[in-house]
Amino acid sequence: MNKVVKNVEEALDGVKDGMTLMLGGFGLCGIPENAIAQLVKMGVKNLTCISNNAGVDDFGLGLLLQEKQIKKMISSYVGENDEFERQMLSGELEVDLIPQGSLAERCRAGGAGIPAFFTPAGYGTEVAEGKEVRVFNGKPHILETALTADFAFVKAWKGDTEGNLIYKGTARNFNPLMAMAGKITVAEVEELVPAGELDPNEIHTPGIFVQRIFQGEKYEKRIEQRTVRPKP
Amino acid sequence: MSLDKTGIAKRIAQELQDGWYVNLGIGIPTLVANHIPKGIEVEFQSENGVLGMGPFPYEGEEDPDLINAGKQTITVRPGGVFFDSATSFAMIRGQHVQLTVLGAMEVAQNGDIANWKIPGKMVKGMGGAMDLVASAKNIIVAMMHTNKAGKSKLLKECTLPLTGVNCVKKVVTNLAVLEIKYNKFHLLERAPGVSVDEIIEATEGDLVVPDNVPEMKL
Repeated sequence: MNKVVKNVEEALDGVKDGMTLMLGGFGLCGIPENAIAQLVKMGVKNLTCISNNAGVDDFGLGLLLQEKQIKKMISSYVGENDEFERQMLSGELEVDLIPQGSLAERCRAGGAGIPAFFTPAGYGTEVAEGKEVRVFNGKPHILETALTADFAFVKAWKGDTEGNLIYKGTARNFNPLMAMAGKITVAEVEELVPAGELDPNEIHTPGIFVQRIFQGEKYEKRIEQRTVRPKP
Repeated sequence: MSLDKTGIAKRIAQELQDGWYVNLGIGIPTLVANHIPKGIEVEFQSENGVLGMGPFPYEGEEDPDLINAGKQTITVRPGGVFFDSATSFAMIRGQHVQLTVLGAMEVAQNGDIANWKIPGKMVKGMGGAMDLVASAKNIIVAMMHTNKAGKSKLLKECTLPLTGVNCVKKVVTNLAVLEIKYNKFHLLERAPGVSVDEIIEATEGDLVVPDNVPEMKL
């Protein structure tokens, strides 16, 4: 089945105010840059964004925060974004901080038809407030529910016209999980190839999870913490 | 002389055992990778999805698609592997990772740890810390013994929002190595040139001090 859409405008057609969106990436690594730019352009507001991080002040989800398009963030770590911290502490932005492994598993569960699961992460902390606790093998666990989204935006290295995806390096992170959990999953790729060119053995996300795919116009791929050692 | 951050990392590196998979947190824990004892092999896991982390890249060889959990550019060793975040935390929650080293703002004598939030002031999020401390078999906390205001970080009870409960078993600070058991801190070693009295003075929680407290060998 051909999932290719012409451009980013067509890819994001149907995104409306108040929707819940998932956005792949860890820090600025593997984020859907083109989709984020289009969300800014569309000016959609009151969004609930599920993303491990919130970008930096002038890149990634930080761009949506600057325009005050986000009503609520569901994340695990937001430490690199001053505007985020300001909006959160002032109460403008609603924030649900959840443990990273629980966030990943909640997305996976959402896509896998598992409504909830028990995890030890967060037991005895404020994360556990209001959640059911059960003891398994002598250890307390808390009940976490699945997450889904109206749209999931993911970024892959290569994709084919069927929507099959291959990620590169640590740019994989949350992308395959969110791809599974979107009602409409939009994949943007650096290189879009005809079906049959990718080795079926090497595909990370099967195209069944992807509704729309397009090749991103350009990728800045900004590095957040450039760390090097001197050449010998 | 109390230890500097490198000294703390060196002492923690002595705890590494051959064949272990190890997750290192941001800050002092990251430095542990520079001091692996000779003759043993360990592999470093970073929760953003890499096993077999290598050293930082040479200048000009940075890859934006290859970072660690601290968002620093890294390299990967031969035999390294990438995976998604759910698989990464399956390794962590499923106790396939043998040791977690992380920093803390407070540790309590019952093993509670707080390291993710100062209400109304600093709210960065817990990242993977809650999953790590809830499941790891071995957790070593790497931190300074006191905070910037000079107050003890080893307490009877944590005052900040908790990251995990009853989970820390060992703490290595700039002053000492301590074990947590039976709801008390137990002094195992002192930093070179640091007196037992200094450690007692800097520890708010209950501290068990044996007659003989050896100096760390670094």
